[in-house]
Amino acid sequence: MSEVMVDVRGVHKSFGPLEVLRGVDLQVRAGEVTVILGPSGSGKSTLLRTINHLEKVNRGWISIDGELIGYRRSGGKLHELKEKEVLKQRTHIGFVFQNFNLFPHLTVLENLVEAPVSALRRPRTEAEETGRRLLERVGLADKTDAYPRQLSGGQQQRVAIARALALEPKVLLFDEPTSALDPELVGEVLDVIKDLAATGTTMIVVTHEIGFAREVADTVVFMDDGAVVEQGPPAAVLDAPHHERTRAFLSKVL
Amino acid sequence: MGLSTDSTAAPPGAAAPGDSPATPPAEDDLAPLKVVPARHYARWVAAAAVIVLVAQFAHGLITNPVWEWHVFRDYVLSETIVQAVGVTLQLTAYATVLGFLLGTVLAFMRLSRSPVLQTVSWTYIWVFRSIPMIVQLVFWFNLSALYDELGVGIPFGPVFWSVDSNSLIGTIGAALIGLSLHQAAYAAEIVRGGVIAVDHGQLEAAAALGIPRLRQIRRIVLPQAMRGILPTAGNEIIGLLKGTSVVYVMAIGELFYQVQVIYGRNGRVIPLLMVATAWYVVLTSLLSIAQYYVERRYARGANRTPPPTPVQRARRLVRDLRAAAARRDRPVVPSKTVGADR
Repeated sequence: MSEVMVDVRGVHKSFGPLEVLRGVDLQVRAGEVTVILGPSGSGKSTLLRTINHLEKVNRGWISIDGELIGYRRSGGKLHELKEKEVLKQRTHIGFVFQNFNLFPHLTVLENLVEAPVSALRRPRTEAEETGRRLLERVGLADKTDAYPRQLSGGQQQRVAIARALALEPKVLLFDEPTSALDPELVGEVLDVIKDLAATGTTMIVVTHEIGFAREVADTVVFMDDGAVVEQGPPAAVLDAPHHERTRAFLSKVL
Repeated sequence: MGLSTDSTAAPPGAAAPGDSPATPPAEDDLAPLKVVPARHYARWVAAAAVIVLVAQFAHGLITNPVWEWHVFRDYVLSETIVQAVGVTLQLTAYATVLGFLLGTVLAFMRLSRSPVLQTVSWTYIWVFRSIPMIVQLVFWFNLSALYDELGVGIPFGPVFWSVDSNSLIGTIGAALIGLSLHQAAYAAEIVRGGVIAVDHGQLEAAAALGIPRLRQIRRIVLPQAMRGILPTAGNEIIGLLKGTSVVYVMAIGELFYQVQVIYGRNGRVIPLLMVATAWYVVLTSLLSIAQYYVERRYARGANRTPPPTPVQRARRLVRDLRAAAARRDRPVVPSKTVGADR
Protein backbone atom coordinates (compact mmCIF):
# COMPACT_ATOMS: atom_id res chain seq x y z
CA MET A 1 0.00 0.00 0.00
CA SER A 2 1.14 3.56 -0.65
CA GLU A 3 2.04 5.89 2.17
CA VAL A 4 -0.32 8.26 3.95
CA MET A 5 -0.55 11.65 2.20
CA VAL A 6 -3.02 13.44 4.45
CA ASP A 7 -3.02 12.63 8.14
CA VAL A 8 -5.66 14.18 10.40
CA ARG A 9 -5.35 13.35 14.10
CA GLY A 10 -7.82 14.18 16.85
CA VAL A 11 -8.89 17.51 15.36
CA HIS A 12 -11.21 19.68 17.42
CA LYS A 13 -12.63 22.97 16.22
CA SER A 14 -15.10 25.34 17.88
CA PHE A 15 -16.68 28.55 16.72
CA GLY A 16 -17.38 30.26 20.02
CA PRO A 17 -19.52 27.90 22.09
CA LEU A 18 -20.37 25.78 19.03
CA GLU A 19 -18.20 22.68 18.76
CA VAL A 20 -18.04 21.84 15.04
CA LEU A 21 -15.36 19.13 15.04
CA ARG A 22 -15.10 16.78 18.03
CA GLY A 23 -11.95 14.78 17.51
CA VAL A 24 -11.71 13.79 13.85
CA ASP A 25 -9.21 11.18 12.64
CA LEU A 26 -8.69 10.63 8.94
CA GLN A 27 -5.94 9.12 6.82
CA VAL A 28 -5.80 9.53 3.05
CA ARG A 29 -3.27 7.53 1.05
CA ALA A 30 -1.39 8.98 -1.87
CA GLY A 31 -3.24 8.59 -5.15
CA GLU A 32 -6.54 7.75 -3.49
CA VAL A 33 -9.89 9.50 -3.66
CA THR A 34 -11.73 10.02 -0.39
CA VAL A 35 -15.33 11.21 -0.49
CA ILE A 36 -16.80 12.73 2.66
CA LEU A 37 -20.57 12.44 3.04
CA GLY A 38 -22.80 13.67 5.79
CA PRO A 39 -25.75 15.89 6.63
CA SER A 40 -25.24 19.66 6.50
CA GLY A 41 -23.76 20.98 9.73
CA SER A 42 -21.85 17.75 10.29
CA GLY A 43 -18.49 19.54 9.97
CA LYS A 44 -17.42 18.24 6.53
CA SER A 45 -16.55 21.65 5.08
CA THR A 46 -14.88 22.82 8.28
CA LEU A 47 -12.72 19.70 8.28
CA LEU A 48 -11.68 20.41 4.70
CA ARG A 49 -10.86 24.02 5.58
CA THR A 50 -8.70 22.98 8.53
CA ILE A 51 -6.62 20.80 6.20
CA ASN A 52 -5.30 23.83 4.29
CA HIS A 53 -5.35 25.96 7.45
CA LEU A 54 -8.10 28.32 6.33
CA GLU A 55 -9.41 27.45 9.81
CA LYS A 56 -7.08 26.97 12.76
CA VAL A 57 -7.72 23.88 14.86
CA ASN A 58 -8.23 24.12 18.60
CA ARG A 59 -6.76 20.71 19.33
CA GLY A 60 -5.14 17.90 17.31
CA TRP A 61 -2.88 18.19 14.28
CA ILE A 62 -2.80 17.72 10.54
CA SER A 63 0.11 16.79 8.32
CA ILE A 64 0.46 16.49 4.57
CA ASP A 65 3.20 14.32 3.11
CA GLY A 66 4.77 14.22 6.57
CA GLU A 67 4.82 18.01 6.95
CA LEU A 68 2.89 19.51 9.84
CA ILE A 69 0.38 22.14 8.66
CA GLY A 70 0.42 25.54 10.36
CA TYR A 71 3.01 24.61 12.99
CA ARG A 72 6.66 23.72 13.36
CA ARG A 73 7.82 21.25 15.95
CA SER A 74 11.01 22.09 17.74
CA GLY A 75 12.31 21.66 21.28
CA GLY A 76 9.22 19.89 22.54
CA LYS A 77 6.97 22.75 21.45
CA LEU A 78 4.70 23.54 18.51
CA HIS A 79 5.55 26.95 17.07
CA GLU A 80 2.81 28.64 15.12
CA LEU A 81 3.98 29.39 11.58
CA LYS A 82 3.99 32.92 10.19
CA GLU A 83 1.43 33.77 7.53
CA LYS A 84 4.13 33.71 4.88
CA GLU A 85 5.07 30.13 5.74
CA VAL A 86 1.43 29.05 5.85
CA LEU A 87 0.92 30.55 2.39
CA LYS A 88 3.90 28.54 1.17
CA GLN A 89 2.41 25.33 2.56
CA ARG A 90 -0.90 26.08 0.86
CA THR A 91 0.74 25.98 -2.56
CA HIS A 92 0.93 22.19 -2.03
CA ILE A 93 -2.79 21.97 -1.31
CA GLY A 94 -5.26 22.73 -4.07
CA PHE A 95 -8.67 23.94 -2.92
CA VAL A 96 -11.83 24.12 -5.01
CA PHE A 97 -14.65 26.19 -3.53
CA GLN A 98 -18.38 25.67 -3.75
CA ASN A 99 -18.79 29.17 -5.22
CA PHE A 100 -15.74 28.90 -7.53
CA ASN A 101 -14.27 32.19 -6.21
CA LEU A 102 -12.59 32.95 -9.51
CA PHE A 103 -11.11 36.45 -9.72
CA PRO A 104 -13.75 38.25 -11.82
CA HIS A 105 -11.49 41.11 -12.95
CA LEU A 106 -8.88 38.76 -14.45
CA THR A 107 -9.25 36.70 -17.59
CA VAL A 108 -9.44 32.93 -17.35
CA LEU A 109 -5.76 32.54 -18.22
CA GLU A 110 -4.73 35.29 -15.79
CA ASN A 111 -6.64 33.43 -13.07
CA LEU A 112 -4.49 30.37 -13.75
CA VAL A 113 -1.21 32.26 -14.02
CA GLU A 114 -1.50 34.47 -10.93
CA ALA A 115 -0.54 31.98 -8.19
CA PRO A 116 2.29 30.15 -10.01
CA VAL A 117 3.90 33.50 -10.86
CA SER A 118 3.46 35.26 -7.51
CA ALA A 119 3.66 32.33 -5.08
CA LEU A 120 6.04 29.94 -6.86
CA ARG A 121 7.99 32.59 -8.81
CA ARG A 122 7.56 30.71 -12.09
CA PRO A 123 8.37 32.66 -15.26
CA ARG A 124 5.17 34.08 -16.75
CA THR A 125 5.57 32.46 -20.16
CA GLU A 126 6.05 29.06 -18.58
CA ALA A 127 3.01 29.59 -16.32
CA GLU A 128 0.92 30.65 -19.33
CA GLU A 129 1.94 27.55 -21.21
CA THR A 130 0.97 25.35 -18.25
CA GLY A 131 -2.27 27.30 -17.95
CA ARG A 132 -3.21 26.71 -21.58
CA ARG A 133 -2.44 23.01 -21.25
CA LEU A 134 -4.63 22.74 -18.14
CA LEU A 135 -7.49 24.60 -19.83
CA GLU A 136 -7.28 22.16 -22.69
CA ARG A 137 -7.44 19.33 -20.17
CA VAL A 138 -10.70 20.66 -18.68
CA GLY A 139 -12.08 21.31 -22.18
CA LEU A 140 -11.91 25.11 -22.15
CA ALA A 141 -8.98 25.81 -24.46
CA ASP A 142 -11.08 28.40 -26.33
CA LYS A 143 -11.89 30.44 -23.20
CA THR A 144 -8.42 31.70 -22.24
CA ASP A 145 -9.28 35.37 -22.78
CA ALA A 146 -12.85 35.29 -21.47
CA TYR A 147 -13.74 36.82 -18.11
CA PRO A 148 -15.24 34.42 -15.55
CA ARG A 149 -18.68 36.07 -15.61
CA GLN A 150 -18.91 35.32 -19.32
CA LEU A 151 -18.85 31.58 -18.53
CA SER A 152 -21.51 29.21 -17.28
CA GLY A 153 -21.29 27.88 -13.73
CA GLY A 154 -19.96 24.53 -14.88
CA GLN A 155 -17.29 26.21 -17.00
CA GLN A 156 -16.31 28.47 -14.09
CA GLN A 157 -15.88 25.49 -11.79
CA ARG A 158 -13.73 23.75 -14.40
CA VAL A 159 -11.55 26.87 -14.57
CA ALA A 160 -11.34 26.83 -10.77
CA ILE A 161 -10.16 23.22 -10.87
CA ALA A 162 -7.54 24.10 -13.50
CA ARG A 163 -6.46 27.05 -11.32
CA ALA A 164 -5.93 24.71 -8.35
CA LEU A 165 -4.00 22.27 -10.56
CA ALA A 166 -1.70 25.02 -11.85
CA LEU A 167 0.27 24.84 -8.58
CA GLU A 168 0.81 21.08 -9.06
CA PRO A 169 -0.48 20.37 -5.56
CA LYS A 170 0.14 17.16 -3.63
CA VAL A 171 -3.51 16.94 -2.73
CA LEU A 172 -6.72 18.48 -4.06
CA LEU A 173 -9.58 19.42 -1.75
CA PHE A 174 -13.09 19.91 -3.17
CA ASP A 175 -15.68 21.66 -1.02
CA GLU A 176 -19.07 20.71 -2.50
CA PRO A 177 -17.85 21.51 -6.03
CA THR A 178 -21.22 20.94 -7.70
CA SER A 179 -23.63 22.32 -5.08
CA ALA A 180 -23.89 25.77 -6.69
CA LEU A 181 -24.54 24.37 -10.18
CA ASP A 182 -27.69 23.81 -12.19
CA PRO A 183 -28.43 20.08 -12.39
CA GLU A 184 -27.51 19.80 -16.08
CA LEU A 185 -24.05 21.29 -15.40
CA VAL A 186 -23.11 18.92 -12.58
CA GLY A 187 -22.02 16.16 -14.94
CA GLU A 188 -19.32 18.16 -16.78
CA VAL A 189 -17.62 19.07 -13.48
CA LEU A 190 -17.82 15.54 -12.08
CA ASP A 191 -16.33 14.22 -15.35
CA VAL A 192 -13.29 16.45 -14.88
CA ILE A 193 -12.87 15.21 -11.30
CA LYS A 194 -13.23 11.60 -12.47
CA ASP A 195 -10.48 12.15 -15.06
CA LEU A 196 -8.23 13.51 -12.32
CA ALA A 197 -8.99 10.46 -10.16
CA ALA A 198 -7.99 8.20 -13.01
CA THR A 199 -4.57 9.90 -13.21
CA GLY A 200 -3.84 9.15 -9.58
CA THR A 201 -4.32 12.60 -8.03
CA THR A 202 -4.85 12.48 -4.26
CA MET A 203 -8.23 14.03 -3.57
CA ILE A 204 -10.66 14.66 -0.75
CA VAL A 205 -14.13 15.51 -2.02
CA VAL A 206 -16.97 16.78 0.12
CA THR A 207 -20.15 16.22 -1.86
CA HIS A 208 -23.77 15.13 -1.84
CA GLU A 209 -23.41 13.16 -5.07
CA ILE A 210 -23.77 9.56 -3.87
CA GLY A 211 -23.48 8.16 -7.39
CA PHE A 212 -20.15 9.92 -7.84
CA ALA A 213 -18.94 8.54 -4.49
CA ARG A 214 -19.87 5.01 -5.49
CA GLU A 215 -18.14 5.27 -8.84
CA VAL A 216 -14.95 7.17 -8.01
CA ALA A 217 -14.17 6.91 -4.29
CA ASP A 218 -11.59 4.54 -2.89
CA THR A 219 -12.85 5.40 0.57
CA VAL A 220 -16.15 6.86 1.66
CA VAL A 221 -16.23 8.66 5.00
CA PHE A 222 -19.53 9.35 6.70
CA MET A 223 -19.51 12.23 9.16
CA ASP A 224 -22.18 13.34 11.57
CA ASP A 225 -22.16 15.83 14.42
CA GLY A 226 -18.47 16.72 14.08
CA ALA A 227 -17.09 13.19 14.07
CA VAL A 228 -16.41 10.35 11.64
CA VAL A 229 -19.19 7.80 12.11
CA GLU A 230 -17.86 5.18 9.72
CA GLN A 231 -15.55 4.81 6.77
CA GLY A 232 -14.57 2.17 4.26
CA PRO A 233 -14.84 1.19 0.60
CA PRO A 234 -17.99 2.57 -1.08
CA ALA A 235 -19.60 -0.82 -1.35
CA ALA A 236 -19.34 -1.34 2.41
CA VAL A 237 -20.41 2.13 3.56
CA LEU A 238 -23.08 2.82 0.94
CA ASP A 239 -24.61 -0.62 0.52
CA ALA A 240 -24.10 -2.23 3.92
CA PRO A 241 -23.65 0.54 6.48
CA HIS A 242 -23.01 -0.66 10.01
CA HIS A 243 -24.20 2.43 11.74
CA GLU A 244 -27.79 3.46 12.27
CA ARG A 245 -27.04 7.15 11.53
CA THR A 246 -25.40 6.26 8.20
CA ARG A 247 -28.44 4.21 7.24
CA ALA A 248 -30.79 7.05 8.17
CA PHE A 249 -28.80 9.56 6.09
CA LEU A 250 -28.54 7.29 3.06
CA SER A 251 -32.24 6.47 3.13
CA LYS A 252 -32.93 10.21 2.85
CA VAL A 253 -30.59 11.02 -0.02
CA LEU A 254 -30.79 7.87 -2.14
CA MET B 1 -41.54 65.05 -47.43
CA GLY B 2 -41.99 61.42 -47.40
CA LEU B 3 -39.15 60.80 -44.95
CA SER B 4 -41.31 59.66 -42.08
CA THR B 5 -43.85 57.55 -43.80
CA ASP B 6 -42.86 54.51 -41.79
CA SER B 7 -42.75 56.42 -38.49
CA THR B 8 -45.21 55.42 -35.79
CA ALA B 9 -45.56 59.08 -34.78
CA ALA B 10 -48.14 59.85 -37.50
CA PRO B 11 -51.10 61.61 -35.89
CA PRO B 12 -54.20 59.55 -35.28
CA GLY B 13 -56.78 59.69 -37.98
CA ALA B 14 -54.11 60.52 -40.52
CA ALA B 15 -53.79 56.96 -41.69
CA ALA B 16 -53.49 57.10 -45.43
CA PRO B 17 -56.39 55.62 -47.33
CA GLY B 18 -53.96 53.28 -49.04
CA ASP B 19 -53.05 51.94 -45.60
CA SER B 20 -56.42 50.52 -44.68
CA PRO B 21 -56.62 46.88 -45.61
CA ALA B 22 -59.25 45.80 -48.02
CA THR B 23 -60.64 43.28 -45.57
CA PRO B 24 -60.87 44.17 -41.85
CA PRO B 25 -58.61 41.94 -39.69
CA ALA B 26 -60.13 39.08 -37.79
CA GLU B 27 -61.33 40.06 -34.29
CA ASP B 28 -58.70 37.93 -32.47
CA ASP B 29 -55.71 38.92 -34.62
CA LEU B 30 -54.09 42.09 -33.19
CA ALA B 31 -50.94 41.94 -35.29
CA PRO B 32 -52.06 44.26 -38.15
CA LEU B 33 -53.55 46.91 -35.81
CA LYS B 34 -51.86 50.29 -35.60
CA VAL B 35 -50.51 51.27 -32.15
CA VAL B 36 -51.47 54.82 -31.02
CA PRO B 37 -48.97 56.09 -28.41
CA ALA B 38 -50.42 57.58 -25.19
CA ARG B 39 -50.57 61.42 -25.08
CA HIS B 40 -49.09 63.10 -22.00
CA TYR B 41 -50.69 66.56 -22.13
CA ALA B 42 -49.74 67.55 -18.55
CA ARG B 43 -46.14 66.65 -19.26
CA TRP B 44 -46.14 68.85 -22.37
CA VAL B 45 -47.53 71.83 -20.43
CA ALA B 46 -44.93 71.41 -17.67
CA ALA B 47 -42.14 71.18 -20.24
CA ALA B 48 -43.33 74.32 -22.00
CA ALA B 49 -43.44 76.26 -18.71
CA VAL B 50 -39.92 75.16 -17.78
CA ILE B 51 -38.60 76.09 -21.23
CA VAL B 52 -40.03 79.61 -20.86
CA LEU B 53 -38.33 80.00 -17.46
CA VAL B 54 -35.00 78.74 -18.80
CA ALA B 55 -35.25 81.10 -21.78
CA GLN B 56 -35.92 84.05 -19.47
CA PHE B 57 -32.90 83.12 -17.34
CA ALA B 58 -30.65 82.77 -20.41
CA HIS B 59 -31.96 86.06 -21.77
CA GLY B 60 -31.10 87.81 -18.49
CA LEU B 61 -27.65 86.23 -18.46
CA ILE B 62 -26.93 87.57 -21.92
CA THR B 63 -28.56 90.99 -21.81
CA ASN B 64 -28.10 92.19 -18.20
CA PRO B 65 -25.18 94.64 -18.45
CA VAL B 66 -24.06 93.93 -14.85
CA TRP B 67 -22.54 90.63 -16.00
CA GLU B 68 -20.06 92.68 -18.07
CA TRP B 69 -19.21 89.85 -20.42
CA HIS B 70 -16.48 91.91 -22.09
CA VAL B 71 -14.60 92.03 -18.76
CA PHE B 72 -15.09 88.26 -18.49
CA ARG B 73 -13.61 87.85 -21.98
CA ASP B 74 -10.63 90.04 -21.12
CA TYR B 75 -9.70 88.07 -18.04
CA VAL B 76 -10.76 84.48 -18.58
CA LEU B 77 -7.65 83.55 -20.58
CA SER B 78 -5.31 86.20 -19.14
CA GLU B 79 -1.88 85.08 -18.00
CA THR B 80 -2.54 85.71 -14.30
CA ILE B 81 -5.71 83.64 -14.32
CA VAL B 82 -4.23 80.78 -16.33
CA GLN B 83 -1.27 80.64 -13.95
CA ALA B 84 -3.67 80.67 -11.00
CA VAL B 85 -5.56 77.76 -12.57
CA GLY B 86 -2.21 75.96 -12.75
CA VAL B 87 -1.67 76.46 -9.02
CA THR B 88 -5.18 75.21 -8.28
CA LEU B 89 -4.55 72.11 -10.39
CA GLN B 90 -1.20 71.47 -8.70
CA LEU B 91 -2.69 71.76 -5.23
CA THR B 92 -5.50 69.40 -6.25
CA ALA B 93 -3.18 66.86 -7.87
CA TYR B 94 -0.65 66.71 -5.03
CA ALA B 95 -3.29 66.66 -2.30
CA THR B 96 -5.19 63.91 -4.15
CA VAL B 97 -2.14 61.71 -4.58
CA LEU B 98 -0.77 62.28 -1.06
CA GLY B 99 -4.22 62.12 0.51
CA PHE B 100 -5.18 58.85 -1.16
CA LEU B 101 -1.77 57.24 -0.53
CA LEU B 102 -1.96 58.04 3.17
CA GLY B 103 -5.67 57.21 3.16
CA THR B 104 -5.02 53.76 1.69
CA VAL B 105 -2.39 53.07 4.36
CA LEU B 106 -4.83 54.24 7.06
CA ALA B 107 -7.60 52.08 5.61
CA PHE B 108 -5.48 48.93 5.76
CA MET B 109 -4.26 49.85 9.25
CA ARG B 110 -7.88 50.05 10.30
CA LEU B 111 -8.59 46.68 8.65
CA SER B 112 -5.48 45.02 10.11
CA ARG B 113 -5.56 42.57 12.98
CA SER B 114 -3.31 44.75 15.15
CA PRO B 115 -5.31 46.67 17.76
CA VAL B 116 -2.57 49.31 17.93
CA LEU B 117 -2.74 50.05 14.19
CA GLN B 118 -6.54 50.00 14.29
CA THR B 119 -6.66 52.48 17.15
CA VAL B 120 -4.11 54.85 15.64
CA SER B 121 -5.97 54.86 12.33
CA TRP B 122 -9.35 55.36 13.99
CA THR B 123 -8.00 58.24 16.08
CA TYR B 124 -6.43 59.92 13.05
CA ILE B 125 -9.68 59.76 11.12
CA TRP B 126 -11.61 61.01 14.14
CA VAL B 127 -9.29 63.99 14.67
CA PHE B 128 -8.97 65.10 11.06
CA ARG B 129 -12.63 64.73 10.27
CA SER B 130 -13.43 66.80 13.33
CA ILE B 131 -11.31 69.84 12.47
CA PRO B 132 -12.67 72.18 9.79
CA MET B 133 -10.21 72.37 6.92
CA ILE B 134 -9.78 76.12 7.21
CA VAL B 135 -8.91 75.86 10.91
CA GLN B 136 -6.36 73.17 10.14
CA LEU B 137 -4.82 75.20 7.33
CA VAL B 138 -4.32 78.21 9.59
CA PHE B 139 -2.75 75.88 12.17
CA TRP B 140 -0.19 74.65 9.64
CA PHE B 141 0.39 78.20 8.47
CA ASN B 142 1.32 79.09 12.04
CA LEU B 143 3.32 75.94 12.69
CA SER B 144 6.44 77.92 13.46
CA ALA B 145 4.64 79.51 16.40
CA LEU B 146 4.18 76.01 17.85
CA TYR B 147 7.52 74.48 16.92
CA ASP B 148 10.12 76.82 15.50
CA GLU B 149 12.42 73.90 14.75
CA LEU B 150 11.65 70.42 13.45
CA GLY B 151 14.20 67.68 14.06
CA VAL B 152 14.89 63.96 13.84
CA GLY B 153 16.05 62.23 17.00
CA ILE B 154 15.16 59.89 19.85
CA PRO B 155 12.00 60.85 21.78
CA PHE B 156 13.06 62.59 25.01
CA GLY B 157 16.66 62.02 23.84
CA PRO B 158 19.18 63.76 21.60
CA VAL B 159 18.20 65.40 18.29
CA PHE B 160 20.43 64.47 15.34
CA TRP B 161 19.16 66.82 12.66
CA SER B 162 16.90 69.82 12.77
CA VAL B 163 15.61 72.55 10.50
CA ASP B 164 13.76 75.81 10.89
CA SER B 165 10.10 74.88 10.43
CA ASN B 166 9.16 77.90 8.31
CA SER B 167 11.97 77.35 5.83
CA LEU B 168 11.10 73.64 5.58
CA ILE B 169 7.41 74.04 4.98
CA GLY B 170 6.68 77.44 3.46
CA THR B 171 3.20 78.61 2.56
CA ILE B 172 2.47 76.19 -0.30
CA GLY B 173 3.90 73.34 1.76
CA ALA B 174 1.64 74.22 4.67
CA ALA B 175 -1.36 74.31 2.35
CA LEU B 176 -0.44 70.96 0.82
CA ILE B 177 0.05 69.32 4.21
CA GLY B 178 -3.27 70.66 5.41
CA LEU B 179 -5.19 69.59 2.30
CA SER B 180 -3.51 66.15 2.17
CA LEU B 181 -4.00 65.31 5.84
CA HIS B 182 -7.60 66.40 5.67
CA GLN B 183 -8.13 64.42 2.47
CA ALA B 184 -6.44 61.33 3.88
CA ALA B 185 -9.01 61.00 6.65
CA TYR B 186 -11.84 60.92 4.13
CA ALA B 187 -9.91 58.82 1.62
CA ALA B 188 -9.24 56.22 4.34
CA GLU B 189 -12.95 55.68 4.86
CA ILE B 190 -13.63 55.58 1.11
CA VAL B 191 -10.93 52.97 0.51
CA ARG B 192 -12.05 50.95 3.54
CA GLY B 193 -15.62 51.01 2.22
CA GLY B 194 -14.46 49.68 -1.13
CA VAL B 195 -12.33 46.96 0.42
CA ILE B 196 -14.98 45.59 2.78
CA ALA B 197 -17.41 45.40 -0.14
CA VAL B 198 -15.17 42.86 -1.93
CA ASP B 199 -16.52 39.34 -1.52
CA HIS B 200 -14.74 37.54 1.33
CA GLY B 201 -14.39 34.47 -0.90
CA GLN B 202 -11.91 36.41 -3.05
CA LEU B 203 -9.46 36.73 -0.14
CA GLU B 204 -10.02 33.09 0.81
CA ALA B 205 -9.30 31.97 -2.73
CA ALA B 206 -6.15 34.10 -2.86
CA ALA B 207 -5.05 32.73 0.52
CA ALA B 208 -5.81 29.16 -0.54
CA LEU B 209 -3.61 29.65 -3.61
CA GLY B 210 -0.73 30.83 -1.42
CA ILE B 211 -0.55 34.27 -3.07
CA PRO B 212 1.65 36.55 -0.92
CA ARG B 213 -0.27 38.95 1.33
CA LEU B 214 0.76 42.23 -0.31
CA ARG B 215 0.10 40.79 -3.73
CA GLN B 216 -3.38 39.67 -2.56
CA ILE B 217 -4.15 43.28 -1.69
CA ARG B 218 -2.62 44.85 -4.79
CA ARG B 219 -3.70 42.37 -7.41
CA ILE B 220 -6.91 40.82 -6.09
CA VAL B 221 -8.55 43.11 -3.52
CA LEU B 222 -7.79 46.68 -4.61
CA PRO B 223 -8.75 46.31 -8.30
CA GLN B 224 -12.12 44.95 -7.23
CA ALA B 225 -12.49 47.50 -4.44
CA MET B 226 -11.88 50.26 -7.01
CA ARG B 227 -15.37 49.74 -8.39
CA GLY B 228 -16.80 50.85 -5.06
CA ILE B 229 -14.10 53.43 -4.37
CA LEU B 230 -14.22 55.37 -7.66
CA PRO B 231 -17.64 57.05 -7.57
CA THR B 232 -17.06 58.39 -4.06
CA ALA B 233 -13.42 59.19 -4.78
CA GLY B 234 -14.58 61.19 -7.82
CA ASN B 235 -16.82 63.19 -5.51
CA GLU B 236 -13.93 63.78 -3.13
CA ILE B 237 -11.48 64.90 -5.80
CA ILE B 238 -14.01 67.32 -7.28
CA GLY B 239 -14.74 68.54 -3.76
CA LEU B 240 -11.02 68.98 -3.21
CA LEU B 241 -10.61 70.93 -6.47
CA LYS B 242 -13.16 73.43 -5.27
CA GLY B 243 -11.93 73.12 -1.69
CA THR B 244 -8.52 74.45 -2.71
CA SER B 245 -10.19 77.87 -2.91
CA VAL B 246 -10.06 77.86 0.89
CA VAL B 247 -6.29 78.33 0.84
CA TYR B 248 -6.85 81.92 -0.28
CA VAL B 249 -6.65 82.64 3.48
CA MET B 250 -2.93 81.86 3.21
CA ALA B 251 -2.47 84.27 0.29
CA ILE B 252 -1.54 81.52 -2.16
CA GLY B 253 -2.02 82.52 -5.78
CA GLU B 254 -4.63 79.96 -6.72
CA LEU B 255 -7.67 80.76 -8.82
CA PHE B 256 -10.03 82.20 -6.22
CA TYR B 257 -7.30 84.29 -4.54
CA GLN B 258 -6.18 85.85 -7.82
CA VAL B 259 -9.75 86.63 -8.82
CA GLN B 260 -10.20 88.43 -5.51
CA VAL B 261 -6.98 90.34 -5.99
CA ILE B 262 -8.10 91.50 -9.44
CA TYR B 263 -11.58 92.59 -8.46
CA GLY B 264 -10.15 94.25 -5.35
CA ARG B 265 -8.17 96.38 -7.77
CA ASN B 266 -10.76 97.12 -10.48
CA GLY B 267 -14.05 96.57 -8.64
CA ARG B 268 -15.51 94.30 -11.34
CA VAL B 269 -16.71 91.68 -8.86
CA ILE B 270 -19.40 89.85 -10.81
CA PRO B 271 -17.55 89.18 -14.11
CA LEU B 272 -14.46 88.04 -12.23
CA LEU B 273 -16.46 85.68 -10.07
CA MET B 274 -17.83 84.34 -13.34
CA VAL B 275 -14.25 83.81 -14.55
CA ALA B 276 -13.56 81.64 -11.50
CA THR B 277 -16.90 79.87 -11.91
CA ALA B 278 -16.25 79.08 -15.56
CA TRP B 279 -12.85 77.58 -14.78
CA TYR B 280 -14.16 75.49 -11.90
CA VAL B 281 -16.94 74.18 -14.13
CA VAL B 282 -14.51 73.31 -16.94
CA LEU B 283 -12.07 71.56 -14.60
CA THR B 284 -14.85 69.66 -12.87
CA SER B 285 -16.23 68.55 -16.22
CA LEU B 286 -12.83 67.27 -17.29
CA LEU B 287 -12.52 65.35 -14.02
CA SER B 288 -15.98 63.86 -14.51
CA ILE B 289 -15.04 62.64 -17.98
CA ALA B 290 -11.81 61.15 -16.65
CA GLN B 291 -13.78 59.46 -13.89
CA TYR B 292 -16.12 57.86 -16.43
CA TYR B 293 -13.25 56.23 -18.31
CA VAL B 294 -11.36 55.14 -15.20
CA GLU B 295 -14.52 53.54 -13.84
CA ARG B 296 -15.05 51.79 -17.12
CA ARG B 297 -11.56 50.34 -16.99
CA TYR B 298 -12.09 48.92 -13.52
CA ALA B 299 -15.43 47.43 -14.56
CA ARG B 300 -13.59 44.88 -16.71
CA GLY B 301 -15.13 41.47 -16.20
CA ALA B 302 -18.04 42.91 -14.21
CA ASN B 303 -20.44 42.82 -17.15
CA ARG B 304 -20.78 40.22 -19.83
CA THR B 305 -20.73 42.91 -22.51
CA PRO B 306 -19.54 46.36 -21.43
CA PRO B 307 -21.86 49.23 -22.50
CA PRO B 308 -20.48 51.44 -25.32
CA THR B 309 -18.74 54.71 -24.43
CA PRO B 310 -20.38 57.99 -25.52
CA VAL B 311 -17.76 58.25 -28.28
CA GLN B 312 -18.58 54.76 -29.50
CA ARG B 313 -22.27 55.58 -29.29
CA ALA B 314 -21.77 58.77 -31.31
CA ARG B 315 -19.77 56.87 -33.94
CA ARG B 316 -22.47 54.26 -34.17
CA LEU B 317 -25.11 56.96 -34.58
CA VAL B 318 -23.13 58.63 -37.39
CA ARG B 319 -22.69 55.26 -39.09
CA ASP B 320 -26.40 54.50 -38.81
CA LEU B 321 -27.37 57.92 -40.16
CA ARG B 322 -24.97 57.52 -43.08
CA ALA B 323 -26.38 54.11 -43.84
CA ALA B 324 -29.89 55.54 -43.70
CA ALA B 325 -28.89 58.37 -46.02
CA ALA B 326 -27.29 55.92 -48.42
CA ARG B 327 -30.51 53.93 -48.48
CA ARG B 328 -32.51 57.07 -49.25
CA ASP B 329 -30.17 58.10 -52.03
CA ARG B 330 -30.67 54.84 -53.87
CA PRO B 331 -33.27 54.87 -56.63
CA VAL B 332 -36.68 54.09 -55.18
CA VAL B 333 -37.42 50.44 -55.32
CA PRO B 334 -41.08 49.57 -55.08
CA SER B 335 -41.71 48.25 -51.61
CA LYS B 336 -44.44 47.99 -49.01
CA THR B 337 -43.90 51.56 -47.72
CA VAL B 338 -44.22 53.12 -51.12
CA GLY B 339 -47.93 52.55 -51.20
CA ALA B 340 -48.31 54.70 -48.07
CA ASP B 341 -46.36 57.61 -49.54
CA ARG B 342 -48.60 60.46 -50.54
